[in-house]
Amino acid sequence: MSEGIGAPVKRKEDKRFITGKGKYTDDIRMENQAYAAFVRSPHAHAHIQGIEASAAEGMSGVIAVLTGAQLTDDGIGNLICGWAISSKDGSPMNMGAWSALATGKVRYVGDAVAVVIAESKDEAQAAAEAVEVSYSELPVAASIAAALADGAPEIHENAPGNVIYDWELGDGDATEAALAGAAHVTEMDITNNRLAPNAMEPRSAVATYDDAEDHYTLYSTSQNPHVARLVLSAFYQVAPEHKLRVIAPDVGGGFGSKIYIYPEEIVCLWASMKTRRSVKWTAERTESFLTDAHGRDHVTRARMGFDADGRIVGFKVSTKANFGAYMSLFSSAVPTYLYATLLSGTYDIPAIHCEVLACYTNTVPVDAYRGAGRPEASFVVERLMETAAREMGKDPAELRRANFVREFPYQTQVIMNYDSGDFEGNMNQAMEAADWAGFAARKAEAANRGKLRGVGMACYIEACGIAPSAAVGSLGAGVGLWESAEVRVNPVGTIEVLTGSHSHGQGHETTFAQVVAERFGVPLDSIQIVHGDTDKVQFGMGTYGSRSGPVGISAIVKACDKVEVKVRKIAAHLLECDPDELVMEDSQVKVPGTNKALGWHEVGLAAYTAHNLPADMEPGLKEGAFYDPENFTFPMGCFIAEVEIDPGTGKTDVVKFVASDDFGVIINPMIVEGQVHGGIAQGVGQALLEEMVYDESGQPVSGSYMDYTMPRAEDVPSFVVEHHNTRCATNPLGIKGCGEAGAIGSPPAVINAITDAIGNNDISMPATSAKVWAAIRASGTGMAAE
Amino acid sequence: MHSLNYHKASNASEAARLLSGTEDGKFLAGGQTLIPAMKTRLAAPSDLVDVSGAADLRGIKVSGREVTIGAATTHAEVAANGELRGVCPSICDMAANIGDPAVRHRGTIGGSVANNDPAADYPAAMLALKATIKTVSREIAADEFFVGLFETALDDDELITSIGFTAPAAGAYAKFPNPASRYAMCGVFVAKGDDGVRVGVTGAGADGAFRPADFEAALDGEFSAKALDGISVKAEEMLSDIHGDGVYRANLVSVMARRAVAAAS
Repeated sequence: MSEGIGAPVKRKEDKRFITGKGKYTDDIRMENQAYAAFVRSPHAHAHIQGIEASAAEGMSGVIAVLTGAQLTDDGIGNLICGWAISSKDGSPMNMGAWSALATGKVRYVGDAVAVVIAESKDEAQAAAEAVEVSYSELPVAASIAAALADGAPEIHENAPGNVIYDWELGDGDATEAALAGAAHVTEMDITNNRLAPNAMEPRSAVATYDDAEDHYTLYSTSQNPHVARLVLSAFYQVAPEHKLRVIAPDVGGGFGSKIYIYPEEIVCLWASMKTRRSVKWTAERTESFLTDAHGRDHVTRARMGFDADGRIVGFKVSTKANFGAYMSLFSSAVPTYLYATLLSGTYDIPAIHCEVLACYTNTVPVDAYRGAGRPEASFVVERLMETAAREMGKDPAELRRANFVREFPYQTQVIMNYDSGDFEGNMNQAMEAADWAGFAARKAEAANRGKLRGVGMACYIEACGIAPSAAVGSLGAGVGLWESAEVRVNPVGTIEVLTGSHSHGQGHETTFAQVVAERFGVPLDSIQIVHGDTDKVQFGMGTYGSRSGPVGISAIVKACDKVEVKVRKIAAHLLECDPDELVMEDSQVKVPGTNKALGWHEVGLAAYTAHNLPADMEPGLKEGAFYDPENFTFPMGCFIAEVEIDPGTGKTDVVKFVASDDFGVIINPMIVEGQVHGGIAQGVGQALLEEMVYDESGQPVSGSYMDYTMPRAEDVPSFVVEHHNTRCATNPLGIKGCGEAGAIGSPPAVINAITDAIGNNDISMPATSAKVWAAIRASGTGMAAE
Repeated sequence: MHSLNYHKASNASEAARLLSGTEDGKFLAGGQTLIPAMKTRLAAPSDLVDVSGAADLRGIKVSGREVTIGAATTHAEVAANGELRGVCPSICDMAANIGDPAVRHRGTIGGSVANNDPAADYPAAMLALKATIKTVSREIAADEFFVGLFETALDDDELITSIGFTAPAAGAYAKFPNPASRYAMCGVFVAKGDDGVRVGVTGAGADGAFRPADFEAALDGEFSAKALDGISVKAEEMLSDIHGDGVYRANLVSVMARRAVAAAS
């Protein structure tokens, strides 16, 4: 069937997006709408000595100036981190208080101190500038090194030494013993650069309090509106769940940054109650840089040991992770259960030990960003593998080949149990597509043009659909990580699918409909996907961690199973046949080889008229399901990058990029390829261009597009995207997920290519032209002089 | 953005008159620097006097090798002017690579020169081409005009009317763009004129655009990339930021100068 699973159908949602008719939060206009502007700290660390708002209160259009003291008085709770991690010694993590409007201290540049509500955005901003906050500046720790130094300034009083937790996973003694006996040990210091998420649509909120109903409505740029409602209700005490509706309409990109509940949403809801006005806030791009949760920011020392045959015997990883000034909603899970658990990579490693020291700094909070922990793990593993191969004089592909996991299920030493894969198959496919064997000729040809050419490989693995709920609960998760769905067949046979997943660019309205169209043999256009509204969809865990395919679709499949049972019973009753004889295709329910057939719509109508249903059957045709996965899924792949470097300037061009991924069963290959393209572009951005830089005083240095380098079309080549898929063994359709893979595998491939080209392994991300040029000079082997 | 009064001038004298009646007014040409500063509330003029439609400030005149470019002429117009390309292709090529198409169709030569952003392209060209900056009240040589970072010899509210220069026998501009902003991290304009070789450098110098005397002397001796071997600017006199330190920028000055000379030879 041309619209079903595996068909590259065009996206149903694109008509409204490309004609400018999408409806985003900032497009929402409520009657009686006022605007919020936040007064933000210009200091990275300071005591608030006083807030003088009287001048601002008297300005044109100003409705109210609200502060943290009032917020606290009204019983609004502190922001929380939802995943409890314990240190090695069993002590709980040190979560510092985070008020939506700071009281007492500010802890990063951009920390919200007060909010102005006014009739217009301009009036709100003008008044916000007129709010006088007196600060007493405190010493600043703006980096991991500064925060963990002796005598570092204390950011939260309940976090001595600025340490949040000191955690470990794996067998330390076994790993040290293995390394001690290794024939070769590769040791590296690795930095994973801090990134700003840069969703195309900035964060936005429109909050309305209806005092007649004592009810709140929040439009918000959220990846998970139900989780937002739960947290706003249960922890922040803004309103009880049944009195709060959260709607996440069209959302223009998230990359993780719109998972979390931020101070602005809390304040807009609270302010709408205080002022009895709808309150709108939309971040300006500067505010996005200052306040959206950043990603990555690890420093790591890693040691990988090999026996004389090149087999890995042990792997030790010590990582320090920057959490910023407060613990964001998912932050604690990222450098632990989304990072250390992936350190076996695609390899059979008999001993692994990982230690993670998490710390506060005077910077914006850090949380999950496309890949979340897995890019950091992949970068460490694949940089070590490549470096080890070069140190031992082995071909990097052959070293990987010798260490691949080959039998499934495979239990790693770091919790994960890989269900499926053919790692060597993906590597072979990528090497062939990249013409690996012909590289030497291309390098020589580039040298004739005065360019340094290098090739780099990365065999990433990642974990999607964080699961199962009972397991993550035992590891500290505050929520279950299942998904729900409801499939409603209308009396005319059209179908509405309500899903707890949320689409903010992923194309769910198309892919999810394709699954249902194939299942029931009905046209794609007869299916509507409904998401993003807590009043419509009963519950959902939202979209992040590439979970919408493996978990969200699985829930839909489970609901479809139940619908199908009832359809078969109704049709069998009407056609006087056995339910198992029936097939559903071409908008009919029929017995093959006979003239016994009903139109799909006739079954729907029969269900709702209820004139002739099997005995004891309830009318209607609507079923819901909750799907709790039995395991993570494990997409993997092999990426090969080739770069050419201008030795005079250090400018790196990625001239070739081949991806061979294993995503399991693919619903829409066009959408999947788009995900891979976007992910690789983000990964190339991290490898070459992007870095959120703070200076020693905690001032953001790259807080605008004048200095923060986003990847552009000219920064990436035309990608070659191949697939060598093995079915996921643990969910009904065999889906693994594809949303993050590109961003996970590409940074090590690009850096491995650069280090190959310049003959110097000492380079950190982003590998800017200046850094590459300096590395060429330091190596003394390049053609640095022009 | 703060609210303000907007005025549109049809010629230079009207522009000057309109501005004189304002409390804290500013001329608006292409607005490619001023408007972003206003949007981020870093600039808040009481009034804007838009000179982009002033007829006597627009257009390109080429007479023999003498070139006059109106101050409100856009980068795209400079890039696309056939007569100008006939005598001085280097300035057309330079203008064709400023910013992006939107910037080039709004941004003007007068605005760029008056702003004297240390990473803007035009200051390097003005120095190398030995240009004269003409204002409503006087003429200023490029060597006297660019005083320091964002500083020029212009008086407050002195409006540039045109830029004049003699087209060189040979010239070229080589630029290494800042990866984020696409301004120059280093741009070197080389011009071989009747009275010698002049080299203008932008993006790299700690005090803004400058002429490296050693480079010019060497190229006067022999106009070839090889003539620059072993000559470099001082790293400590270069800008240093997250995109590259002074050592790197000093290298870029040498590399871009060699590439410009090679392109002009």
